[in-house]
Amino acid sequence: MTTDKVLMKGNEAFAEAAIRGGARLYFGYPITPQSEVPEYMSRELPKVGGCFIQAESELGAINMAYGAGAAGGSVFISSSSPGIALMQEGMSFLCSAEVPLLAMNVSRGGPGIGGIQPGQADYYQVTRGGGNGDYHIPVFAPASIQEAVDLLYEGTELAQTWRNPIMVFTDGMVGQMMEPVKLPDYKPVLKPSEIAAARNWACTGYTDRGGDKERRVVKSLRMQPEKLEEHVEKLFEKYARAEKELARWESENLKGAEVVFVSFGTTARICREAIEILASRGVKAGLIRPISLWPFPNKAFDEIDFGTTKAVISAELSMGQMITDVQLALNGRLPVFLAHRTGGMVPTSPEVAARAQAVLEGLK
Amino acid sequence: MSTYKMFFAGSGGQGVLLMGQMIAQAAMLEGKEATFLPSYGPEMRGGTANCTVVVSDKPIACPLIYEADIAVVMNLPSMDKFEPMVKPGGYMFYNESIIDRKANRSDIQAVAVDLAARAAALGNDKVANMVMLGEVVRRTGVVKPETICNEVFAEKFTGRKAALIPLNRQAFLGE
Repeated sequence: MTTDKVLMKGNEAFAEAAIRGGARLYFGYPITPQSEVPEYMSRELPKVGGCFIQAESELGAINMAYGAGAAGGSVFISSSSPGIALMQEGMSFLCSAEVPLLAMNVSRGGPGIGGIQPGQADYYQVTRGGGNGDYHIPVFAPASIQEAVDLLYEGTELAQTWRNPIMVFTDGMVGQMMEPVKLPDYKPVLKPSEIAAARNWACTGYTDRGGDKERRVVKSLRMQPEKLEEHVEKLFEKYARAEKELARWESENLKGAEVVFVSFGTTARICREAIEILASRGVKAGLIRPISLWPFPNKAFDEIDFGTTKAVISAELSMGQMITDVQLALNGRLPVFLAHRTGGMVPTSPEVAARAQAVLEGLK
Repeated sequence: MSTYKMFFAGSGGQGVLLMGQMIAQAAMLEGKEATFLPSYGPEMRGGTANCTVVVSDKPIACPLIYEADIAVVMNLPSMDKFEPMVKPGGYMFYNESIIDRKANRSDIQAVAVDLAARAAALGNDKVANMVMLGEVVRRTGVVKPETICNEVFAEKFTGRKAALIPLNRQAFLGE
């Protein structure tokens, strides 16, 4: 028997997908539940001419990413919740300086050092950002290892296209589990001597620029408020385009549904099973699964069958964060409820199904 | 049955995770869907270890399970924890060499396997988990025995470990 798939642990598949998608530089510091990513990178990146550096901390890692990205390198970094928190200042700088970066948060329970079991309580952190100032980071939340692989494979190019960090937001469960995956082919990568021409903003030095002596400046400091305002307005023209072009979602069973779950990542998979349980009890339930968390897929909510749907339930591994975006997207059209566990606890599908039935019962 | 939900549990070092991985890999090689989800935490040799495996003919909604068609328990704390989670009519395979009680439930198919004696007869106590895996696969049909002992063994035991294939095959096939 033959198959074109391999059984891979999430974290190792993420790392391999980033390499195949063109990432050649990785800076990081180990943290559970994603330590297999730096481990894999330290072993595999040198084999493809890349470079792995174990940073002294996450602060070091994000600033190495800033520098290497400004010089035109294709950088991938990963960490887990408290480590991503340490990187927030850098994220703001990269956005302002328009430096590309592919980043991944394999999140765990918080706040603080919290625990090491899966969580989604970094929703605000990744969609609103903990850095200062006006900026956005496109965030994608895969629900399977294959989807994470596909997003990470696309991520390096996406970051270069948008000249902005791109975040893949997954959780410890997807990082630690194994599923069959189909790995895509290696994308061609630029030779170092080709970077100056291909990334015509990058600080590469004059060597490969064929006599072009124009200064290239990558910076986030703008002391004159007029200049800073003009710069931020320009960034937000880009973000407005991103809101149109990068919103992604999947919806299932919306037609005729009495209740609709909104859920991403691991939790969306639990909801899928809850939908089957509800169906066996004669309750029709649907699912909106945001794949992009910023931009939030507001349009998905127009697909709801407003003739039949009585309630929307935001199912999350947090005390309720995405629910804010769900309410904004619905704009009062339907009542919104929460189904959640937090701190590293994950609900079972019967728990989620029971919550939906209780919500419907309460509305009678 | 189109979907098998399984728990494998024991103490670190008993080869519990490897059993689960081999089932998932065999399922993939047979063209089925599979998920393998290990418990993870500050675990070490001698601590607790368990994993969840789902094998199905259709896409798997959720890799987390709360009830099992098959539970494989290698020590008493694991049996205490997972016996109540076996579906009525489901299987529980237990390591009777070190578990000094019988199954509490009569509505499940409890299979006692004397792993220590079986492995000792093969001259290597490290193959106890392959003895157990063989019992599970041959009795439940979750995957085909030949997929494990031909393809999966060939992928897992490479280099110097390739010499161990005949012994593991013997353990697995109960010969």
